[in-house]
Formats: sequence, C-alpha cells, structure tokens
Amino acid sequence: MTGRLLLWRRKSVNIVMLTITAICTVMAAGVLVYILGYLFIHGATSLTWNFFTKLPTPVGETGGGMANAIVGSAKLLMIAAVVGIPIGFLAGVYLSEFGDGPFAFFVRYVTDLLNGVPSIVMGIFAYTIIVLPQKHFSTLAGGLALGVMMIPIAVRSSEEFLRAVPKSLREGAVALGASRAKAIFTVVIPAAKNGIITGVMLNIARVSGETAPLLFTSFSNRYWSEGLNQPTASLPVMIYTYAVAPYEDWHQQAWSAGFVLLTLVLGVNIIARTILARNQHVAR
Amino acid sequence: MPPPGVQPSAEQPAPKTGNAKISATDLNFHYGSFKALHGISMEIYANKVTAFIGPSGCGKSTFLRTLNRMNETVRGTRVDGRILLDGENIFELEVSGLRRRVGMVFQKSNPFPKSIFDNVAYGLRINGMAGSRSQLRDGVESSLRRAALWEEVKDKLNQSAYGLSGGQQQRLCIARALAVNPEVLLLDEPCSALDPIATAKIEDLIFQLKDSCTIVIVTHSMQQAARVADFTGFFLLGRMIEFDDTTVIFKNPAKKETEDYVTGRFG
Repeated sequence: MTGRLLLWRRKSVNIVMLTITAICTVMAAGVLVYILGYLFIHGATSLTWNFFTKLPTPVGETGGGMANAIVGSAKLLMIAAVVGIPIGFLAGVYLSEFGDGPFAFFVRYVTDLLNGVPSIVMGIFAYTIIVLPQKHFSTLAGGLALGVMMIPIAVRSSEEFLRAVPKSLREGAVALGASRAKAIFTVVIPAAKNGIITGVMLNIARVSGETAPLLFTSFSNRYWSEGLNQPTASLPVMIYTYAVAPYEDWHQQAWSAGFVLLTLVLGVNIIARTILARNQHVAR
Repeated sequence: MPPPGVQPSAEQPAPKTGNAKISATDLNFHYGSFKALHGISMEIYANKVTAFIGPSGCGKSTFLRTLNRMNETVRGTRVDGRILLDGENIFELEVSGLRRRVGMVFQKSNPFPKSIFDNVAYGLRINGMAGSRSQLRDGVESSLRRAALWEEVKDKLNQSAYGLSGGQQQRLCIARALAVNPEVLLLDEPCSALDPIATAKIEDLIFQLKDSCTIVIVTHSMQQAARVADFTGFFLLGRMIEFDDTTVIFKNPAKKETEDYVTGRFG
C-alpha cells in the first residue's frame, strides 16, 4: 500500500517538475523568438535599398537611409579590433604559456573585473582621455571605447583556446629543437587558430551592438564623417536616436537598422560557429 | 639507503662491448621534494639499442627524459650529477642544439595539426636545415623512407596527419624526429597505444635505425625489450638495479629483483 502511494507521489512530483521546467524553457526561447520575429516583421518590411545607400533626410522629408551609420559602425569596429585584439591576444598568450605566477593571477582577476565594468563607464573613460582634451567627439574615441571593451574577452578566449592545445604538441616541438617561443608561434598558436579567430569574431559581434559607450565618444553625425577625428553616425546610436524620436517614419528606419544589425551579428555568429565546428574533428 | 640486496650500480662490471655514446655518472633527479632518481650511473653504447624496463613509476621515463633535458620543461625539477654525450656535458650544451642531436618519440603519438609533409619538415624548417624547397622535399622523403612510411603516404603528403592510423601516426613522429638527423633517438614507450601489427612494424624499424643512430627505448613490455634491445637496464624505485646484455638480464640476471621482475614474480 505504502509502496504504491510512494510510486504515485514520485510520479506526480515528476510530472509537476517536468511541466515547470518545460514552461520555463518555452518562456526563455519564446522571448528570443518573439524579439527576432518582431524585429524581422518590422525591420525587414520597412527595409529598402535606400537604407544602405542614402544619407538620413531632414525631419519631415521621407525616404533616406543610414549609409553613413553603416560605414561609421564598420569604422568603429575596425578601430576597436585594432586596439582590442592584439592586446587581448598577446595577453592571452602570456597567460596561457607563462601564466602560473601571482602576476598572472592578478591579470586574470583584473581582466574579469574589466569584463564586468558597465559599458557606459568605458564610454566615460574614452570621453575623459580623448574627447575632453580634444574638445570634440570623434570616431577614434568611440573605437577606443569599444576596443577596451573587447580586451577582457579577447584575453580570456585566446587563453582558453591556447590552453586547450595538448601539452604533447608543445613537447613534440621542443623535442625537435624548437625554443619555447618558436614552439608557441609555429605549433601552439596555429593549432588554436580556428578557436582564436572564432573568439575574435564573436567578440566583434558582441561590441557591434554597444550603444552606451558611443553616446559621448563618437556621438552621431547626420552626414558622412570626414576622417577618424570627427564624430560619426553608427547603427546602435541611430537606433537609439530614431526610436525615441516622435516621427513614425524614423521609427521605421530604427526598425530597419535594428534588423540590419541583428542580421550582421547573427551572420557573424553562424560563420564563427561553423569555423569552430570544422575544427572539432581535427583537434584531438 | 638502498634496499637490502641492492648494490650501487657503479660497482657492477660494465658490459663488454661498444663505445659509450652517452654516459651518466651519479645522476640524481628531484620532482620538488620527491627524489625520483637515485645515483644512476650507466653507459649507453653507440649504434646499439638500449632498453629500460621496470614497473610504473620506477624512474625509467624520467631518466630517458633527462637525456635530452625534456624534464626541464616541468616546473620544480632539479637534477644533479653528470651526463656526457660524446664526452660533452649535456647540461652545458645549448639546449635546443642538444635536443636536435638527441631526438625523442613519445608514448602517445603527437603529430602536429598540420599536413604530413609539414610535420616531417617542421624540424628542418625551424632549425634552418633546408636551404631550398627541393632540399626540404628530399629531406622529408628520406625521413619518411627511413621510418618505413613513404610508400603509404607518398600520395597524400598534403593531407592532415590526423587522417593516418595510430601506427602510421607514430611512425610519422619517428620520421619527424629522424628528419633532423639525430645521433640518439629516445623512444618513450612508443608502442603502448599500438596493436601487435603496428608494434611489429616499429620494432622492425628500430632494427634498421640502429645502423644510423643510437637508440634508447623505454618499454613496459619485457618481450619487446627482449626482441629489440642489445642491452637492458632494470629500474626499480628510482634506482638502476641491473644493467647488462639483454640475454643476461632475461636468462641469467645477477640480482634477485631483476629475476623476480622478468619472470613475472614481481611484487
């Protein structure tokens, strides 16, 4: 009798728990699908070719696009990559290959802290060291803010992929007369190459949507930005500006920009994961 | 203090034949506070195969890895004593030059994630040993031939080394080690992950290679030591208990520990 009661109890607890976890899963995935769907419906429908080729039009005039913001975002990300990737990558090499002392512990700790710094604080940092002394907004300042944001992830992802290279490969290289540095550059880094590239791509994708650090660094620009020393438009800031504006056609433009940004991020993600998946059957 | 019945190896009569390629004198080795080798003294003869046998953890691999100073890549290790390679103290030689002269093949095959060609060419390239592309190609081909792998891979030199079977990968690693023309080749349990057929191929190879280099092999298989080695050293608890002709070690060992081990009565 008690045995059957226990069994019944266990089965009902099982059903309840399964239902709760299933509902939470559906909610988690649902939010994502809802956002993607909403963005797709609004963004894709209002997307025109002009969006990619035209400058923004003055208020009241319909049409126009965000060509300057697309180029601006590309420029910002390029500067960010030039700033963030080499520093992050080489620091990752240090941590992975030489990082077993207290200094490395300190670096890891600081890197994790840096990763937790709110993005708007990064903006203030770039604002203080570049915008204030120059007394004007610039693409360079925005790129720097994004670049500094990239460093912690670049460090840790490079370190992780380099560490995953088996010790036996390092020994194999050293046993052939390679110096430690040579082994790192000719065997370890090439073996981790795909992972590192993937990390870089995901890192760029991650900062491409950052808005806060750009608000008071690269600011915005209704026209083409001339050179790196001028303020520039960028997709995230345009989305912000256009979404809060009181004009219906601007809202449509913001949707389009959101859709383009999302497609970009999604595309980079898919490419990066494909590269990584291709690596899997080679690595042992 | 050595356990009862164990004499310091220096008192043993040296086996009769050969010129010493490597000679170790009173070699001690520490991992941190753990002493892994106790006063090893022995000679390794040129163009002979020397095998080290003994139970796991007895120090045979540690000693092997001291011969090309691979242990230095491990933190907290300390070595004292002397090892001479052709009369030169290896601890005073430039380490990458030493490792080029004393090549090593590991227990688990470790081809680089590169093509077959690039694996074998690696040592030639980093040591600047091939002046031209054709020299590089010749070097790769002759190394693969020496490792008895050429016929099997000559049509797929540009394919990934990971496409090869386990036995082929191990022979590739031997070819890679041979490419820089080492004088001594250290083999650290090279067949432990291989099936009997692949093992037989490696053993054949060892026979052929001893004409051109001195071979030291660590093995868990006493049959393998008996098949391939001219000389055999028996290690136990960080000491070299006995070193002699392979036939003596297996047929008529001087020490009781050796006899117990080779007859399977160990422990």
